[in-house]
Amino acid sequence: MDVDRRGFIKIAGIVIVGLAVKPIFDVFSRTEAPKALDAETLTKTRWAMAIKLGACEDGCRECIDACNSIHNVPDFGNPKDEIKWIWTIPYEEVFPEQNSQFIADKLKGLPVTVLCNHCDNPPCARVCPTGATWKRKDGIVMMDYHRCIGCRFCMAACPYGSRSFNWRDPRPFIKELNPDFPTRTKGVVEKCNFCEERLAEGLLPACVEACKEKALVFGNLDDQNSEIRKLLSTNYTIRRKSELGTEPEVYYLI
Amino acid sequence: MIEKAFTGDRKYWAWILFLLVVIAIGFGFYLLQWFRGLGITGMGRDVSWGLYIANMTFLVGVAAGAVMVVLPYYLHNYKAFGKITTFGEFLAVAAVIMCILFVTIDLGQPTRVVNLLLHPSLHSVLFWDVIVLSVYLLLNLVIAWHLLSAHHNEEAPKAWVKPLILISIPWAISIHTVTAFIYSGLAARPFWLTALMAPRFLASAFASGPALLIIACLIMKRFTRFDPGKEAMQKLAQIVAYGTIITVFFLIVESFTVFYGQVPEDMNHLKYFFFGLDGKTTLVPWMWTCFVFWIAAIVLLINPRTRKNEKTLAVAAVLVFVSMWIDKGLGLIMPGFTPSPTGALTEYWPTVPETLITLMVWAIGFLILTIFYKITISVKEESGEEESAHTVSS
Repeated sequence: MDVDRRGFIKIAGIVIVGLAVKPIFDVFSRTEAPKALDAETLTKTRWAMAIKLGACEDGCRECIDACNSIHNVPDFGNPKDEIKWIWTIPYEEVFPEQNSQFIADKLKGLPVTVLCNHCDNPPCARVCPTGATWKRKDGIVMMDYHRCIGCRFCMAACPYGSRSFNWRDPRPFIKELNPDFPTRTKGVVEKCNFCEERLAEGLLPACVEACKEKALVFGNLDDQNSEIRKLLSTNYTIRRKSELGTEPEVYYLI
Repeated sequence: MIEKAFTGDRKYWAWILFLLVVIAIGFGFYLLQWFRGLGITGMGRDVSWGLYIANMTFLVGVAAGAVMVVLPYYLHNYKAFGKITTFGEFLAVAAVIMCILFVTIDLGQPTRVVNLLLHPSLHSVLFWDVIVLSVYLLLNLVIAWHLLSAHHNEEAPKAWVKPLILISIPWAISIHTVTAFIYSGLAARPFWLTALMAPRFLASAFASGPALLIIACLIMKRFTRFDPGKEAMQKLAQIVAYGTIITVFFLIVESFTVFYGQVPEDMNHLKYFFFGLDGKTTLVPWMWTCFVFWIAAIVLLINPRTRKNEKTLAVAAVLVFVSMWIDKGLGLIMPGFTPSPTGALTEYWPTVPETLITLMVWAIGFLILTIFYKITISVKEESGEEESAHTVSS
């Protein structure tokens, strides 16, 4: 009897180890990645955004509200649980390295729009243990809400605080449900997706469309004649914490 | 052998019952977390890791620290540790199980934990940490159980166990190095972005692991017929002393670079750690308590009179264990996230449910440790090993 029990435990242990190791072999033996989108469109596109500093009208929230309602972003009403895709913070906090005692009056406390930078070298995707966040060929840093295990390593790795975690069930806190976009569950990370669902239909991101001031410019960096390329080549632009090598794809026009 | 865990005196059962009660209470709150989400903890948007991950990091150290009895015995043939190597290995087993539990309860979607293996990401340090921890757990479990069984059956251990023991030594270093890499590769968090992180982790591990072993040995000596031997205890105390001194030295070295270099982003975290920032001083009393404990422990461990006295040795071991816990449990995660990358000064403090869930994991760990130690002591008592101080079990 004793031997049987030991034998059983040993075999069970070997089976469990085998099951755990198999997926690792699968990764190395995989020959071709599954193609989700047309490869040609993806490789000819590199999405980016330019934001004109100081172009916003006082107290305007059109871009934020448009994004929140389209993406079912919940409103918990407290900063601890808050989910943010696009929001504003003072200039000095967006660009701490630019701050000084004699900063220009027009920049002092200026609300600056911030969102996920869709970095070309995203540290969040580097640290994700399950590939639930990754960079697409067109530059969009994506989130798979169904694969995310909620370890929040990506939140620790993001130098911009662009990622939010669902500390509670978000669904009761969505003001008006948009049935065309998935809601999230508690325990997963989310962030701005550059409106990839709208880009797929040939639409501009919701925030860009909603901005009356035309303060947000969105376009393809790989297209020399795009508006964003022209703006970048004729204006002085800065990026958030560019010294970290993350290569943000959100540019701020001074 | 496992049946030996089911026989014990009243004190043994009272201790087991106490642990089970703590586990039951904590589990109730874990169910609450399961249904409501991690919002019941003190963690939030700005401080997105807390007590759970901090305890995981600390316990990786305890697990790695156990190598400090295995290495001298097997590589340097230091016989005095012969009686306690099994205890060191079982300590590693219990500590790694706690680590894995802490990682699991920290997940927002624990039912998806298999995604780690279904979609392994070789560029993620967390993936590698899970791998090295699991292998370390298996190594120690197999080694300790086999050596104890061989001892119990009065046979010589099988030849295959020796290479496993040799592998387990560098593997212990690897678990704490990889765990340090979780933090030290994040450019977003200047407090963690230091190459000194892994050496600091190891130095504190070599203090906290053996310190817990000293406490466990003194308890076993008091309540059972097992005696680890004076020489082994003294050598452990010396190891703890070196580990603690090097930990303090590393913190001084780190502080010099940060405060003399005066890079504001680096300084703000350490200022928050030592003095508080803009009136946010939650951490300050804890960190200074930690320093006082370190200094007191070093004095008690260096002075031969207090080191050789079992009472003061026990005090020193407790001081080291508690201070190393403060250093990792509070002093590692909180200053890493405060201030946030945009300068927000959000202070974190664990909630009551979060604390009770944390205690649940500790109670599970101590339950496992108690059972393994009970079996080990029973086997050693049977063979009359406690009679002679220098019998070697393998």
